[in-house]
Amino acid sequence: MTALTPQDFDLLSNLLKTRSGLVLGTEKTYLLESRLTPIARRRGLAGLPELVAQLRMRPSEELLVEITEAMTTNESFFFRDTVPFEVLKTHVLPQLKVARAATRRLRIWCAAASTGQEPYSIAMILNEQAAQWAGWNIEIIGTDLCKAALSKAQAGLYSQFEVQRGLPIQLLMKYFAKVGDQWQVSADIRNMVKYRTFNLLESMAGLGQFDIIFCRNVLIYFDAPTKAQVLDNLRRQMPADGSLFLGAAETVLGLTKALKPVREQRGLYIPVDSPMALAAAG
Amino acid sequence: MMKSCLVVDDSKVIRKVARRILEEMQFEIEEAVDGQDAWQQCQKKVPDVVLLDWNMPVMNGLDFLRTLRGASLDRQPVVVFCTTENDMSHIRAAIEAGANEYIMKPFDREIIEAKFAQVGLI
Repeated sequence: MTALTPQDFDLLSNLLKTRSGLVLGTEKTYLLESRLTPIARRRGLAGLPELVAQLRMRPSEELLVEITEAMTTNESFFFRDTVPFEVLKTHVLPQLKVARAATRRLRIWCAAASTGQEPYSIAMILNEQAAQWAGWNIEIIGTDLCKAALSKAQAGLYSQFEVQRGLPIQLLMKYFAKVGDQWQVSADIRNMVKYRTFNLLESMAGLGQFDIIFCRNVLIYFDAPTKAQVLDNLRRQMPADGSLFLGAAETVLGLTKALKPVREQRGLYIPVDSPMALAAAG
Repeated sequence: MMKSCLVVDDSKVIRKVARRILEEMQFEIEEAVDGQDAWQQCQKKVPDVVLLDWNMPVMNGLDFLRTLRGASLDRQPVVVFCTTENDMSHIRAAIEAGANEYIMKPFDREIIEAKFAQVGLI
């Protein structure tokens, strides 16, 4: 197999950076080869260099989308890292219950919803507290760049391996049914989440305001300026008392002055002008 | 202090794999080849957790669990089923009999860690 030239690598990495924010170092050449060679083969091409040659001519939008989606990482699991969901349950939701008592409206956005485990984890938490939220209008929106991931999310079908990573057995029993070799999340939980494709590099203005945003384990793939831009944009989608959850390996420090971490609530960030932040500052 | 785990499975291979994973997770391991063997060991020393297969000769996992939960021991261990039985009726029966968690085989370290974390063992 012919290897990628440095020029080929640059073309692909620029394409991915522009379309999805993904930053690839040359040490990740193997990842390009393993994920994109199947696309080349499906198109009857000998390998990746031939696919790049096609990109140099006039590539179809369909091919560009296929390449971008193939390079996204869709690993996800239920109640990933546990702590953020505990913080949501014990800290963020009780506060919003009081703060939104007049409107009884809550909007939650999973900005990197992937295959649906995160929005369904949130939906299960809310459903477990159903009596508390009776009469409330709660929206959970799951967005992702990858259409294939969202199709899986919408179907709500998971392998035996996937339902054993983080999902307590009581919740499996309560909210899932076995369908062949797979497990499907119940229609009640599926109906609590609305999905749509969305690129975090695009304008977020059309999405409206969210009380809670989960944007976990996606910024790690971006360079610092892109991270900063996305964080500032996310801040604009929240009211002053909104909450942002980031992944365990992510932070706002050194990237934006609009958000700050909440002490002793790992993974939770709030606007610097949040009533809670101002109260803490005394 | 290291926590103790009793691995109950009639397959030597499964016991060996589970032992390796759990020792890496800093558990002290004892092994039992069936439910009766496990029950005899629990009467002498109650482990912190039992990793329990379902289908075994002499006494199966469910019968062992019912015996264990009905006994007045110094303390009750956490019980995590670990079985190829992967339908809802088996899961329900196990939980109703007092299992704390349920692993469907095949398993790996990630699954054991996730399940043990859920029941507060790690």
